[in-house]
Amino acid sequence: MAAATSSGSGNLWRSVAFYAFIAFFLLVALFPLLWVFKMSIITRAEIFASPPTILPNTLTGTSYETIFSDARFQRAILNSVIVAGVTTVICLFLGSIAAYAIARLRFRFKSPFLTLILAIAFFPPVAIIAPLFVQFSQAGIINTYASLIIPDVVFALPLTVWLLVAFFKELPFDLEEAAKVDGATTLQAFWKVIVPLSAPGVFTTAILTFIFAWNEFLFANTFAFDISVQPVTVVIPQFATIYTVDYGAQAAAAVVVTIPLVILVLIFQRRIVSGLTAGAVKG
Amino acid sequence: MAQQSQKKEPGFFGKIKEEFTTAESRTAYYMTVPTLAVILIVAFFPIMYSMILSFQQVTPQQTFGTFVGLQNYVAMFQDPSFRDAFFNTTVFTVVSVALEFVLGLAIALAINRQFRGRGMVRAAVLVPWAFPLVVSALMWRLMYQDQIGIINYVANTLGLITQPILTDEGLLLIGAIVSDVWKTTPFVALLLLAGLQTIPGDVYEAARVDGASRVQQFFKITMPLLKGSILVALLFRTLDAWRIYDLFWVMSDRQLESFSTYVYKAVRISQLNFPLGNAAAVFIFLSALVLAFIFIKGFGMQTSPGGK
Repeated sequence: MAAATSSGSGNLWRSVAFYAFIAFFLLVALFPLLWVFKMSIITRAEIFASPPTILPNTLTGTSYETIFSDARFQRAILNSVIVAGVTTVICLFLGSIAAYAIARLRFRFKSPFLTLILAIAFFPPVAIIAPLFVQFSQAGIINTYASLIIPDVVFALPLTVWLLVAFFKELPFDLEEAAKVDGATTLQAFWKVIVPLSAPGVFTTAILTFIFAWNEFLFANTFAFDISVQPVTVVIPQFATIYTVDYGAQAAAAVVVTIPLVILVLIFQRRIVSGLTAGAVKG
Repeated sequence: MAQQSQKKEPGFFGKIKEEFTTAESRTAYYMTVPTLAVILIVAFFPIMYSMILSFQQVTPQQTFGTFVGLQNYVAMFQDPSFRDAFFNTTVFTVVSVALEFVLGLAIALAINRQFRGRGMVRAAVLVPWAFPLVVSALMWRLMYQDQIGIINYVANTLGLITQPILTDEGLLLIGAIVSDVWKTTPFVALLLLAGLQTIPGDVYEAARVDGASRVQQFFKITMPLLKGSILVALLFRTLDAWRIYDLFWVMSDRQLESFSTYVYKAVRISQLNFPLGNAAAVFIFLSALVLAFIFIKGFGMQTSPGGK
C-alpha cells in the first residue's frame, strides 16, 4: 500500500497525485491561520492595500505591542488559565473515581449511569443558563470564577469520564487481584496501582479537558460581566468593537490565543489522537 | 457480568438493598455518587426548572410566575426571530454535517496508508480543531470583512457576490458553514480514520480474490464495517451543530440567529422575551433529545466506551 515505495510509471503518477492532494489539503487547512498571522505582522497600510499582498512586505510588531500593553487582555489570559486549570483538576478528580467504578467494578446501575453521562455530552448548555443565572445570583457567586467553573466541570465531565474509562479498561484485570491479595482495599488498588499505571492516559485526558474548558464561551459570556473574571474567549470578540478598524490588533490577539494550543497539539499529537478516538472506534 | 444479573428478581428496593451488600458494588456507588450529584444539581434540576418556567408568565426577577399553559410556545413559533433561528440552525446542521462527513470520509480514505509526512498531516489536521470556536469565528470574520477581507475581495473580483458578505444574512449563513466545515472536517476525518484502521487488510484481499471491484469493496466492506464510527461522528457533529452559538454570535456580530443565540438574547439581554426564551430553551433541549434518540435507537448505535 505504501505510495512512496511503489515502482513503475503508473504508480509514480499515483504517488504524485497523492502528494498533490496532501499538499492541497494542508494548504486549505492552514491557510486561514497563515493569513491571519500575516495580517498581524504587517503595517496598517498594507492590511488595507487593494489588491491584497500575498506575502508580507512591511513587517512591524505594532499590533503585538497594542495587544500586550492592553491590561484587559493580560487579565483575560490569567482568568482563562485559572478557570480552565481548576476545571481540569476537579474533572480529573471526580472523573477518575467514577471512571474506575465504570471500567473495573461490577454494579447493577452501570448502564443508566453511563447513559446519563452521555446525555450531558449532548445537552444544549443554553437550555439551563436562565435557571443557573437565578441560582448563582441567589447564592452570591454570579460574576465569580465559581460561576464559570461549576458549569464547565459538568459539561467537561462526560469527556473526562469517557476517556478515562477507555484508558482504565486497557489494563489487565489481575492487577487489582494481586494488590488485594497483598491486602489492599479497592480504593488503595485504584490510587496506588491503576492511576500510576495509566498515567499517560490520565495526562492525555487532562490536556483534552483543559482545551475544552479553555475554549468555553457561552457560560463565560453569560455569568462573567467584569474584566476581572472574563476569560479570553469573552474578551477576544470585544476587540472587534474596541479596536474597530485596528484589524492588525484583532489578528494579533487571535494569534496569541492560538499559539499555546498549537504548541500543545504539536507536542502531544499522537496522544491527543489516541484520546480523541478512544472508545469511538469500537462504539 | 453475565452470572451476576441472572438471579431471582427481588423488588426494586430489594435490588438496591442487595446491591449494597457486596463490598465491590458498594464501593462503586460511593465512587459514582459525586459525579452523579454534580450532574443532577447543575444540569438536571435547572432543566426541570426551565420546563416549569416555560409554562408560566414570568420575569427574570421572579422565582415563579402565573401558569399560562402553552401560550409561550405558541408565541415562540409566531416570533419571526425564532423562525429565522429554526431555518438557520436546520440549514446549518444539515449542510455542514453532510459536507463534513463526505469530505472527512474522503480524507480518511486517502490518508489511510503509510506515507512520509503522515505525522505532519495529522498535526495540521488537529490545529484547527484545538483552538477556540470564538477565535476561529474572529479569524473568518477578518477574512470576510469588506475593506480588508481576502475572501470578500476574491469573491467580489470573481463576481460571486454583489454586496459585502458581512451585511447579507444568506451570505453570512454560507460563511458560517464554510468556517465550520474548515474547522471540524479534520476531526471527522480522524474519527473515521481510526475506524478504518480497525478493518483488517485480509478482508480486502479476500474480496479481490473473489473479483470484487473497488466500488463494490467500498460499499460492501468499508461502509458496513465503518458503520459504528460513522454513527458516532454523525451524532457528535449533529448535536454540536444543533446547539451552535459561539460561531454565529462572534462571526456575524449577533446578526445571524440560531436556537442558542435566540435563547441567549431572550433570557440574558431582553427582559421582555424571557418567557419565550424559556420555551425555546425547552424546545432545543427536547429536540436534541429526539435527535440523540433517533441515532441511538433508530440506527442501533452502541454507546459504551472501549467496546463491550
